[in-house]
Amino acid sequence: MENKVKRNLPDDLMTKMNLKPFESVEIGNPEVKRVAPKVQVTTGESKVVDSLEDVIKKTLKDGMTISFHHHFRNGDFAFNKVMNLIIKMGYQNLTLAPSSLTGVMNDTVIEAIKRGVITNITSSGMRGSLGDFVSHGGLENPVIFRSHGNRARSIEEGEIKIDVAFLGVPNADPAGNANGQEGDAVFGSLGYALIDAQYADKVVLLTDNIVDYPNTPASIKQTQVDYVVQVDQIGDADKIGSGATRFTKDPKELKIAQTVNQVITNSPYYKQGFSFQTGSGGAALAVTRYLRESMLKDGIKASFALGGITKPTTDLLEEGLVKKIMDVQDFDKGAAASMAQNKNQQEIDASWYADPHNKGAVVNNLDVAILSALQIDTNFNVNVMTGSDGVIRGAIGGHQDAAAAKMTIITAPLVRGRNATVVPEVETVVTPGDSIDVLVTERGIAINPRRKDLIAAFAKVPELNIVDIKELQEMAQKQVGIPKPLEYTDRVVALIQYRDGTIIDTIKQVKD
Amino acid sequence: MEIKTVGVAGTLESSDIQIMISAGQNGIEVDLDSEVAKSYGDQIKKVITETLNKFGITNAKVKATDKGALDCVIAARTLAAAQRATETTDQPRLEVLQ
Repeated sequence: MENKVKRNLPDDLMTKMNLKPFESVEIGNPEVKRVAPKVQVTTGESKVVDSLEDVIKKTLKDGMTISFHHHFRNGDFAFNKVMNLIIKMGYQNLTLAPSSLTGVMNDTVIEAIKRGVITNITSSGMRGSLGDFVSHGGLENPVIFRSHGNRARSIEEGEIKIDVAFLGVPNADPAGNANGQEGDAVFGSLGYALIDAQYADKVVLLTDNIVDYPNTPASIKQTQVDYVVQVDQIGDADKIGSGATRFTKDPKELKIAQTVNQVITNSPYYKQGFSFQTGSGGAALAVTRYLRESMLKDGIKASFALGGITKPTTDLLEEGLVKKIMDVQDFDKGAAASMAQNKNQQEIDASWYADPHNKGAVVNNLDVAILSALQIDTNFNVNVMTGSDGVIRGAIGGHQDAAAAKMTIITAPLVRGRNATVVPEVETVVTPGDSIDVLVTERGIAINPRRKDLIAAFAKVPELNIVDIKELQEMAQKQVGIPKPLEYTDRVVALIQYRDGTIIDTIKQVKD
Repeated sequence: MEIKTVGVAGTLESSDIQIMISAGQNGIEVDLDSEVAKSYGDQIKKVITETLNKFGITNAKVKATDKGALDCVIAARTLAAAQRATETTDQPRLEVLQ
């Protein structure tokens, strides 16, 4: 069958897995039902245990679903500690359902797949050796990629049923009250893990820092926690996020950032109390800098900044240019440290952030989202998942979710090395073009023809070089030439869900 | 043109290509290492071969380490390496690039 973004989906797999093809970016007003976890009642007096192995033995059975969060990013010690034990103990046929997978987890996951310990995976993304392994057919069942909002939705609606959640935290009291803000390995917001704590049947905290009861602020609450396991070290603070944020010196990125700022400040959304999400990455950080200058000059203040937060954004909070930060994760040390200092930096969970099946998520209140792309095609469809060689090397993250903003801007250089970024057709559709409004490149901006209002608004701005997206694609092609089409086998190695759980695309095994 | 020595041109920087040319007997044999080999491998080999033929070399071993170079860069690095291999750098043959 073909879905609404013209991707051919394999009928047998769609039927077998009871999946629906992507239809529309409009979520509508469906009535949904949420599930509830099993609770093993206890007064909670002796949750602290030394032996992780005992806890695994008590909670885990073959065939179950286990989860982790990725807030420690490449400084994560929790995942490998737990997974290596699970491998050693000989478990089989588990489903791995973390909020995402970071590079430091790759070797362990590959090992677990090879030994039959892990047979199913759902994640926001994967990179490096694991992406390569899966793209070459290393895992029999297709991986299901879900955005952060969609993961929250899937857990709440029981499509992902977490049996045991293993959650690393930089502090916890003996009853399980914990946050991400104090200790040796702080990462700030616990946003993604809060869903696991709320919905998993068994919640196991791992920490190297047991503090006095009652521990506040209690992002994860004692009412949710079954065990608190004491470990030597839970994470490497230096690898959690980048240290000091450096602004890019790349003239291409600066040009893009400057143009994004012109797009924002000349849009109808740029007024007192507007809101934005910038994300990380060179151009995004530079946008924040240019936006700050404009806001100071124009006397405009934002009501909130959303998303993955960086220090340049918390600086705006301290300067009073942003009233609140709605924070689901922190990308650098500065932003993580700031959460403990600023009451206006509100921790939000993934559902509040972006779940489409909600009584309103924060992304629905968002004016401007600035997102990146590995590829964008002439229908504005965006790929953030597969590289130009067709291999998995990315993550959906909040991309599909933040694109619910009133104006979604994609920033991308026209080409990267010899690979065109603006292409006739993306390798993998992750975010549908219907939710993208403006593409900003160093050679001009393209506006989705759907947005006649923006076309009219930006036509009056002499600094903005408005180009048809097909023209940008041709410019890119003229520079790099026409690539030979990639070759794939018929085997599906991964499914890309849209945020409502429908299938927007598949990833096939690459031929080498 | 006779290849007298090993000629090297180019760097391993992003968007560049390093070309090393030495004597050979079986036409132009290109050993290519490139991140974009799947999409552009044939095209890269074609540009190298055509540039060498135009220069007057029909037999050579070429080791090419590509870092995403565009065709114009590939041709220029190939010409430079060829001039060095044939010890003719004192007579620049820029018309080969046209």
